[in-house]
Amino acid sequence: MGSLLKNRGWVIGALAVAILFPFVLPNAYFLHILTLAFIWMIAVYGLNLLAGYTGYLSLAHAGFFAIGAYALGLLTVKTEINYWLALVLACLITSAIGAVVGLVALRTREHFFAIYTLCVGYIIYLVIDKWDGLTGGVRGLIGIPVPSNIGPLSFETPLSQYYLVLFFLIFTVLVMYRIVHSLTGRTFIAIRNSEDLAQTIGISTMKNKLLVFVLSTFFAGLAGALYASFIRFIGPDIGYITIIFDLLTYLLVGGIGTLAGPIVGTFLIVAVSQSLQFLQDYRMLIFGPLLTLLIIFYPRGIVGAYYDWRMKHTAKKVKRTRKEQRYFESETVDAEKKVKEG
Amino acid sequence: MLIETKKLTKRFGGNVAVNEVDFTIEEGKINAIIGPNGAGKSTFFNLLSGSYTPSAGQVIYKGKDITKLSPDRIAKLGVARTFQTTNLFEQSTVLDNVIVGHRLRTKSNLWDAVLRTKRFAKEEKKCREKAMEVLDFVDLTHVMNQQAGSITQEEKKRVAFALALATDPEVVFLDEPTAGINPGETEGLADLMEKMVKRKITVCLIEHKMKMIMKLADKIMVLNYGEKIAEGTSEQIMNDPAVIEAYLGGDASA
Ligand SMILES: Nc1ncnc2c1ncn2[C@@H]1O[C@H](COP(=O)(O)OP(=O)(O)OP(=O)(O)O)[C@@H](O)[C@H]1O
Ligand SMILES: [Mg+2]
Repeated sequence: MGSLLKNRGWVIGALAVAILFPFVLPNAYFLHILTLAFIWMIAVYGLNLLAGYTGYLSLAHAGFFAIGAYALGLLTVKTEINYWLALVLACLITSAIGAVVGLVALRTREHFFAIYTLCVGYIIYLVIDKWDGLTGGVRGLIGIPVPSNIGPLSFETPLSQYYLVLFFLIFTVLVMYRIVHSLTGRTFIAIRNSEDLAQTIGISTMKNKLLVFVLSTFFAGLAGALYASFIRFIGPDIGYITIIFDLLTYLLVGGIGTLAGPIVGTFLIVAVSQSLQFLQDYRMLIFGPLLTLLIIFYPRGIVGAYYDWRMKHTAKKVKRTRKEQRYFESETVDAEKKVKEG
Repeated sequence: MLIETKKLTKRFGGNVAVNEVDFTIEEGKINAIIGPNGAGKSTFFNLLSGSYTPSAGQVIYKGKDITKLSPDRIAKLGVARTFQTTNLFEQSTVLDNVIVGHRLRTKSNLWDAVLRTKRFAKEEKKCREKAMEVLDFVDLTHVMNQQAGSITQEEKKRVAFALALATDPEVVFLDEPTAGINPGETEGLADLMEKMVKRKITVCLIEHKMKMIMKLADKIMVLNYGEKIAEGTSEQIMNDPAVIEAYLGGDASA
């Protein structure tokens, strides 16, 4: 609760900027980039719940992103069912596959888990790439429709899509906030802290880990589905390994295991790489070392560093008031002594 | 008799860490396990709390066989423990560290959290109150809102006690609760254990500090190379030739 109040200024500010941005800066290109960034943020939130709050670094999430995208694409293109039904189904299909993968993957820990999920991610990519009959293989899937109208609301224009994606981002953040600030979230954090300890205070770790895994694939799937209907063309490369490393970079820079991290990191990296576009792939020469330094000195990213700074700040304040109190108390004691002596 | 082990055994490859140990833990008492380094004391605890599955033998808790239960199930039955090394979440406050300890007595799930149901509100409050109660019990109310990383070693031990107590246990296992703590503070922790027993919580602890244990424990078991070499009151233990040999003449007999 306290943290919400303390951060309320930030939340309202960010929300106002996001809502007003298209009016202040009516630029189609920026709008496009920002919408995409919002979509990535949703996926990063999914990853954050699992890697940041529960301590299981999954490298399969580009694969789940692609599953969400292809599920929506195939359902809308090949079966022509209602878009919103397809969106729900896409998320559910991704979660169901997530549950199956999780059941096996969560029997491993730490780097074994990372390696295992990396393989799963690559297998998902290969399946999409090679299963021509279903996915269209390297040719990709074209003609994915925009979201269908809800009453008077239509999603034909980029602006309306921007707000739609923003809506889902806000939904994601709200759900994440509520999970993290609940007994369920505390349970996840206890697992991250020490699985042995968590078990001895009565937490069924497997059940909870599976829950987080499925949840995080759900959000990866949601992001993928939104991507498909925003870009309207998808190829196997959206499930490729580089995507998961992008997502991970966003998360690490922003702050793993923090609520604002995914937004801060994604926005920052997207903005910086846009402005360094003239450097093409040489950008990585700058990003690589910067990222390494950041992880060494600020393992909880920019947001984590901000929290630490604020924590120290208030700790100092507490100390100062305590010192003053002690000083005051000793003075009164002295005074009492004098009274007694006198 | 609250817990009974029957020929409890744990092998790691060829190494028998716990060898056919028969032991009973008396209800409402302070039970202690002592023994040289590597004697199998922590392993014995891990078998009782379900962290390890025994290679052979049985663990009976209140007449029920819990040998094959998972640690979280055993915790729900009222068995709590602390570890030899305290692992708190240092970035969180002391209070936040303890709140999750009562999680096993709640039912709210993901939906309650996302939809902020009545049950959610009720149980959040319940866990918070429980945490305050046990922090008061271990005398840590004054550091409740400090980061767990910033408190002293002795206070961290107390937080670990509080976390175990938050599960509403009938018995707590404490693995070397006073390791790395100075003598003055050790006494404080010993008092705390006596306070637990007064609250009808059975205590079972592993300790190296002989003086303290002889004064504190109602019943002692001595382990050596995984085997029980003695069991009884402090006097019985102190005068037991096998114990004296294990502690003083171990090398001579080997
Ligand atoms: N997970 C494990 N795998 C293999 N061997 C183990 C394992 N845990 C303990 N052991 C071995 O079992 C024996 C008993 O270890 P244990 O930790 O129970 O001793 P201890 O009595 O608690 O010692 P200390 O006083 O040093 O804490 C040791 O030889 C140890 O190496
Ligand atoms: Mg030990």
